[in-house]
Amino acid sequence: MNLTLRVWRQAGPDAPGRFETYEATDISADSSFLEMLDLVNERLIEQGEEPIEFMHDCREGICGTCGIMINGQAHGPQSSTATCQLHMRSFQDGDELVLEPWRTSGFPIIKDLVVDRSAFDRIIEAGGYISVDTGSAPDANLIPVPKDDADLAMDAAACIGCGACVAACPNGAAQLFTAAKVSHLGLLPQGQPERYERVVDMVEVMEEHFGSCTNMGECEAACPKGISIDFIAMMNRDYLKAKFRNRRTA
Amino acid sequence: MLDARVPDGPLETKWEHHKFDMKLVNPANKRRFQIIVVGTGLAGASAAATLGELGYRVKAFTYLDSPRRAHSISAQGGINAAKNYHSDGDSIFRLFYDTVKGGDYRSREANVYRLAEVSNNIIDQCVAQGVPFAREYGGLLDNRSFGGAQVSRTFYARGQTGQQLLLGAYQALARQVKAGTVELHTGIEMLDVVVVDGKAVGIIVRDLATGEISRHSAHAVVLGTGGYANAYYLSTNAMSCNVTAAWRAHRKGALFANPSFTQIHPTAIPSSDEFQSKLTLMSESLRNDGRIWVPKDPDESRGPADIPEDDRDYYLERRYPSFGNLAPRDISSRAAKVVVDEGRGVGPLKNGVYLDFAEAIERLGRDAIDEKYGNLFEMYERITGEDPYQVPMRIYPAPHYTMGGLWVDYHLQTTIPGLFAIGEANFSDHGANRLGASALMQGLADGYFVLPYTIGDYLAPQLGSPPVDTSASEFDQAEAEVRGQIDRFLATNGTRSVDWFHRELGRILWDNCGMARNRSGLEKALSEIPALREEFEKDVRVLGSADTLNSSLEKAGRVADFFELAELMCKDALVREESCGGHFREEHQTEDGEALRDDDDFAHVSAWEWSGNASAPTEHREVLEFEYVELSQRSYK
Ligand SMILES: Cc1cc2nc3c(=O)[nH]c(=O)nc-3n(C[C@H](O)[C@H](O)[C@H](O)COP(=O)(O)OP(=O)(O)OC[C@H]3O[C@@H](n4cnc5c(N)ncnc54)[C@H](O)[C@@H]3O)c2cc1C
Ligand code: SF4
Ligand code: FES
Repeated sequence: MNLTLRVWRQAGPDAPGRFETYEATDISADSSFLEMLDLVNERLIEQGEEPIEFMHDCREGICGTCGIMINGQAHGPQSSTATCQLHMRSFQDGDELVLEPWRTSGFPIIKDLVVDRSAFDRIIEAGGYISVDTGSAPDANLIPVPKDDADLAMDAAACIGCGACVAACPNGAAQLFTAAKVSHLGLLPQGQPERYERVVDMVEVMEEHFGSCTNMGECEAACPKGISIDFIAMMNRDYLKAKFRNRRTA
Repeated sequence: MLDARVPDGPLETKWEHHKFDMKLVNPANKRRFQIIVVGTGLAGASAAATLGELGYRVKAFTYLDSPRRAHSISAQGGINAAKNYHSDGDSIFRLFYDTVKGGDYRSREANVYRLAEVSNNIIDQCVAQGVPFAREYGGLLDNRSFGGAQVSRTFYARGQTGQQLLLGAYQALARQVKAGTVELHTGIEMLDVVVVDGKAVGIIVRDLATGEISRHSAHAVVLGTGGYANAYYLSTNAMSCNVTAAWRAHRKGALFANPSFTQIHPTAIPSSDEFQSKLTLMSESLRNDGRIWVPKDPDESRGPADIPEDDRDYYLERRYPSFGNLAPRDISSRAAKVVVDEGRGVGPLKNGVYLDFAEAIERLGRDAIDEKYGNLFEMYERITGEDPYQVPMRIYPAPHYTMGGLWVDYHLQTTIPGLFAIGEANFSDHGANRLGASALMQGLADGYFVLPYTIGDYLAPQLGSPPVDTSASEFDQAEAEVRGQIDRFLATNGTRSVDWFHRELGRILWDNCGMARNRSGLEKALSEIPALREEFEKDVRVLGSADTLNSSLEKAGRVADFFELAELMCKDALVREESCGGHFREEHQTEDGEALRDDDDFAHVSAWEWSGNASAPTEHREVLEFEYVELSQRSYK
């Protein structure tokens, strides 16, 4: 199949960017979207042009490295699918595709389609963990966890940290990402001692880097792992409770 | 002869006594030591976090944009531990025994026993961190069984065990970043180890986004930089996995052990065209219910559903009646190769075998199959466009894991004092074949429970001496070499891309040093690889500059190292005149085509020394002694 790509090219963080048009010809419908880009890049190199930089690693939808806006949609048209899992058979011969990086102030552009998502790490560092030193843990079966709680915690823990939720949000908010971690840990008995401190610390750092949530729901629609916005409600409840508790203990 | 520094005494108490005998650094003095950890996969992140908790000053490096990502994240199946929660007769000794046997008796007993011993602590630690392992209805931990074991000892978190374990380690690491004990360097690639007076004292790194090159010094350097299956170009590994960190350490004097011991996993999706960039693993668990077959007739043209039973060859069931479709990885992979080489492969490129669920669906019902394998079926359909409920899956073996790596002693120290290697980067506890669910266990054992102790023994005598100054001439020299290589790549201005060379190299390796090897193929590869490398040096085209993100430039350095490693892999495969585990030499097989070990001449580790010339490495040996496990021929018939 043949496609026309309009790709955002930007030489560096402070360089001006622009769209360039490339013809992607003779693409196999069985190849993946990123393999299509590989091929376009091979041809660019042949012609002496610098290849398009894009993010990727596992190419299996689990590492969260990849992520491109395809025709305005984070990770493209297929639901619950990361960019690397898209295959060309879900596009039509003759399609024109506009490829852009995640566009949000929380993720500055590094080059072409590559952005800096380190603000996510800052949120986790603020408290997205359970404080337990290596070697100090009791026997694993000492604390039973009801299966339903464990399953729900796992639903939240499935977040791959790709940033599509932020990219899709008109406000550039990172609520879904943050809520996924707050809920994962807050749903488990091990996470209780630090539960309220954690949510406050994480939300504060989140707000330093990202916009505010107005419940648009775009994040859930873009999320390749189907993380539910119910977790945002859960996080908000914990946050309010935490503030209330602080007032009482202050 | 190499000294592995294995402590004396009975197997069961070696580690306990050793921990007591090792020199300690007292808590107040730990912050006077600087440690560099390269790699933040399971091994690196767990080590860096634990060292930080102990009070050391740690710098952690990863070339990825966050330590939440690493190849470890792709592991699906699970992690082993000898908990015996199901009272099915498991024990530390049994896990030890299975691992030594599964590795075809080419691993070091004392290390494997220690691994089995700490396996239980790993599960405790991970649960305490909040890893959401699968639970039974009563709320206790669930287990499943995996290839090569007769007990249920595998803990799992849906099909995302690696992800959840890595996030646990990442979160422990994040906690130390906040505590100020760990300094995190993301998007930074290590390009050389600096050795002063025979000791590892630092590294040279490049910032991938800005191209800036910098120097870091420390009292010790730890490499948790993963495996090298990407030498084959196509593998199940993440795209950026590479051997550069380990290889450059090798060039600085660290011996590289058993490079030819690579694991070819039997169930990956076959490639669909020449632009395929990686192979996707389909979990081994599918073999519990799927039946593997090919048509009897190489000229078969009917679709799978139209081929009657009589015209099908269920070759695993035929050759291994008692294990059938569940024969171990190395055996299943080779059997698939045999039928595809006979021209009986299936699919448009005739490069796969069927994994058929029709009978299981009929027997158990579609719902039961969906519950067990729904996500895998969906993944398969997403990639191939075929619905495995309707047509059998097509699978073929793929490079997956590398048992070889930097040689380490019982302390996990390489032959360069002060340089340690953990996780898949070391030559590991898996001998010539790794069992499923044991790599995660080993990475976390090394990082959480072994290295943090053994490194103290090396550091203690250095108390009071600061790290070597980064203005030392050895740093100048290492940095000059790194810069020189980058300049050469950019100046070559040849005609072919880095990927083109990598693909060609991968093809040579796969054809001659893959699932089956023989003298003439290996000799051919040993003449083709240096020739292609020369061409690479003269004709590679790397565009752009060194001062922005430039993935072709990054890859060029990695492929250059794969070239040298590939030669060593073939050399190692050539001198090992026996078959064992993943290393199958066609000259050494039993009458019915099984691997034939030679314990008299080859019960040793081959550890190779860099001689300055990639084609002329020097072999050293560590003789393996088996006191607790009796060597026998593996049989799965
Ligand atoms: C598809 C798949 C499924 C698997 N499933 C299982 C399973 O179910 N059970 C099991 O036990 N095992 C499984 N394995 C194997 C297991 O996942 C790996 O062996 C293990 O995770 C390796 O961990 P590691 O920490 O040693 O290395 P990695 O996770 O590869 O981490 C390497 C780290 O080093 C960094 N790095 C490397 N080089 C440099 C450099 N030069 N400079 C800076 N940083 C560098 C990387 O950025 C990364 O952080 C699977 C493997 C694959 C491919
Ligand atoms: S919540 Fe979903 S979209 Fe957001 S980072 Fe996690 S996986 Fe990506
Ligand atoms: S490349 Fe890993 S999720 Fe897409």
